[in-house]
This record gives sequence, C-alpha cells and structure tokens, in this order.
Amino acid sequence: MQSILLFLYRLRAFLLFIFLEAIAIWLIVSYNSQQGSAFFNSANQLSGSVLTAQNNVAEYFSLATVNKNLVEKNAELLAELEKYQKPADSVFIELDSVLLHSFQFKGAKVINNSINLSQNFITLNKGANHGIKEGMGVFNEEGVIGRVKGVTRNFASVISILHTDLLISSKIASTEVFGSTKWDGKDSKYAKLLYVPRHVSIQKGDQVVTSGYNAVFPEGIPIGHVSEVKQGSDTNYLDITIELTADLSRVSYVYLVENNQEEELNELYQSNGISNE
Amino acid sequence: MSSGRLFLLSIGFILYLIIQVLLLKNLVLFGTAFCFLYVLYILLLPVDLKTIPSLLIAFFLGIGVDLFYDTLGIHTASILAVSFVRAGWLKILTPTGGYDDDLQPSMLNMGFGWFLTYSLPLFLLHHFLFFYIENLGTNLYLPVVQKIVFSTIFVFIMSIIVQLLFYRRRRGI
Repeated sequence: MQSILLFLYRLRAFLLFIFLEAIAIWLIVSYNSQQGSAFFNSANQLSGSVLTAQNNVAEYFSLATVNKNLVEKNAELLAELEKYQKPADSVFIELDSVLLHSFQFKGAKVINNSINLSQNFITLNKGANHGIKEGMGVFNEEGVIGRVKGVTRNFASVISILHTDLLISSKIASTEVFGSTKWDGKDSKYAKLLYVPRHVSIQKGDQVVTSGYNAVFPEGIPIGHVSEVKQGSDTNYLDITIELTADLSRVSYVYLVENNQEEELNELYQSNGISNE
Repeated sequence: MSSGRLFLLSIGFILYLIIQVLLLKNLVLFGTAFCFLYVLYILLLPVDLKTIPSLLIAFFLGIGVDLFYDTLGIHTASILAVSFVRAGWLKILTPTGGYDDDLQPSMLNMGFGWFLTYSLPLFLLHHFLFFYIENLGTNLYLPVVQKIVFSTIFVFIMSIIVQLLFYRRRRGI
C-alpha cells in the first residue's frame, strides 16, 4: 500500500497535468453546444466590463463609418416610409394586431469580435436586463451577423455568421429557391449556400436573403450575393459561394430581433417531430 | 520563493494577460499569423520553478485568455501541454555544468541558438494543439497548416523583439 502511495506521489506532477487537461477538455466539449451558459466566456461580468472599457476608447476610430451607415439606413427607411403615407381618398383595412407585432427589435453595441478563427463569437453590451434572450437573431444595416448563444445580466454572447456550425435558413430573393447559408471557415468575406438542387438555375449576382422559415429572422434580411456557382462533387446539390454583404471585420452597432411566435412555432414543429433549422 | 520574485511573477502574469487579450487579439497578419505571445511567459518562468506551480500558472493563464477569445478550454489545453513538456525539455537541454538557480531561460541569458532549439518546438506544439482542436470537425487542412506555421514564425520573431526590448540580462554573468 505504502509503495503505491509513494509511486503516485512521485507521479504527482503528471497526475495534476492529466487532471487539469481533463478539465480543459470538459470545458471545450460542454461549451461546444449551440445554446449554453455565457458565464465562462467574454460575456461574463469581469471580462465584459474590461471589454467595455476598451471599446469606449476604440469606438472613436469607427465613428465616421458608423455615422455614414446610419445616414444611409435612415434614407432607406424614409423612402420605405413614403409608401405608407395614406393618400387622402383611400380606405385602409387594418390587419390583425397579432400578425403585426410578431417581431420585436432591439439595438446593441459590439464590444468584442473575431473573424479569423473557425468558430467566431461576438460579445454585445446588452444582456438579460435589457431584454436580450437566447436564440435572438442579430443583424445590422448591411446584413445578417449571427444568433445569440447565451446571455448574462449585462452582456450577450453571439455566434457569428463566421462560425462553422451555424446554419441560417436562406433563399434566393428573385426565384424563392431556398437553402442554408453556412461558413466554410476559409475567407471571412465568403460563405456557402448549401442544399440547392442541381436543376435550379442560379445567376452570378443573385441576392441571397433570409427565408423566414426558421423563425429566427424575419423574411428578407440580406445575407449576400452569389459570387460563384460550380457543379461541385456532391451529386445532388450545387456548390454555391456567396459574398457576404455584412463586413464582419467592422461591425460596431447591431440590431437584435425576437420572434414572439417562435415558441408557438417550435411547439408545433416539436409535436410533429420536425427539427427546426 | 522570495516575495520579490513572487511579486515579479504576478506582475508579469497580469501584464502578459492584459496585453494578449486587449492588444494582440486584434493583431492577426493576413488572417493567418496569430500572435499568442502569452506562451512566452510560460517559457520564461524560472528554471527551478517546480512543475506543479507552473502547471497551475499555465491553467489560470489559459483560462484567462480563453475567456476573452471565446474559445473556452482550447488555449488552456494547449498551454497546459506546453507547460508540462517544458519541464522535460529543459532537462534534456541542460548545458554542461547545469543551470544556475532561479535562472530565466531567455535568449539573453542562454544565447540565440539555445533559445531557438528551446522555444521553437514548444511554440509549434502550442500552435499545433490550438489550431487542431479549434478546427476539429471542419475539413480544412491547408489553411490550418498555414496558420500553424506562420503563427509559430510570427510569435518567435515577436518573442525575440520583446526580449531585446523589455528583458535584462542577468547581472554577474
């Protein structure tokens, strides 16, 4: 017995190494789910406040671009608003208010971002206290940014569209052909459009937008433009590369969208055994 | 361990961590060459520091870096391996006559050639583990090899510059 203890004592450094390494691997595995706690990442209170302090300094460098984008978005919205001015001599039919208010929008600031790894995350300066919830869609005026993974009280962690596990239900705007957008981990400006059958004709430059099928994003938020269509090695599907409209290296302010009916929709899917992605 | 040395070690820990997560996180050359300079802190721990404290230091440094990189566990796993291998590697590379007590195995103390053979394999190990785990489940081979090679070279050059600028040669040698 004593010699076993002595043996273990001599191996103590190695045993500690194995123990700590096991903790690290457990952390990797448990963190690698789509939805999860945001405690052990940059959304926790300590790192969140450090990043906020850093961002308070760094944001001055991007103010010019942010202002320019905001003015462009405002002009676009003003043009859109013009359509809803009631002409004097017409009758309007009100839609059911349940349908009108199915999406809610919120704004937040990006305080941490990465684009060079194969699984990138973004941290936002708003959290559960501001009404941010897990699973909300994130986009900015240029296009889709990602999806909320987890929230703490004051910060939120977002799976970036530049994450090799995130699928976004999308469609070609002009022809309504649908597929899933997924990043292939190579270039931060390009992603792949998967599951488009071979018989579909697709032109270079076609716009890809969100489909609205998986209830995370409303329909029609831009994702990218088709930049290359190849026959590819898969016998059923085309190999389509799209150029993302959102420049992930420069995101500073984002909008979050919540679908009030997502719960109901998911319930329907679940009761019928359909997985929603 | 003297309290002065403990103080210096803790200051170094905090400095490397802050510089890594606030400055060097944004420094990625051409999207492939990452600068994980915090590995240098582990490499430059004193020679006579036992394996157990250096493992613990590496663990907390790794967790700290992981928090800000949102790569929970990956930095920790790689830096732990470096810290464990380092002890044996130092023993293999012992110069004739042995190390002095509390010697810092830096380039200034040991010479460029020795530091090259000491640090390059350890940097390579760290970057290999990091990018390998990070890309598990994807089928990117060439980009990963590029990232490993270029990041290792980049960190090695940075570590030489940092030592020349901010480290002092041990007095009395």
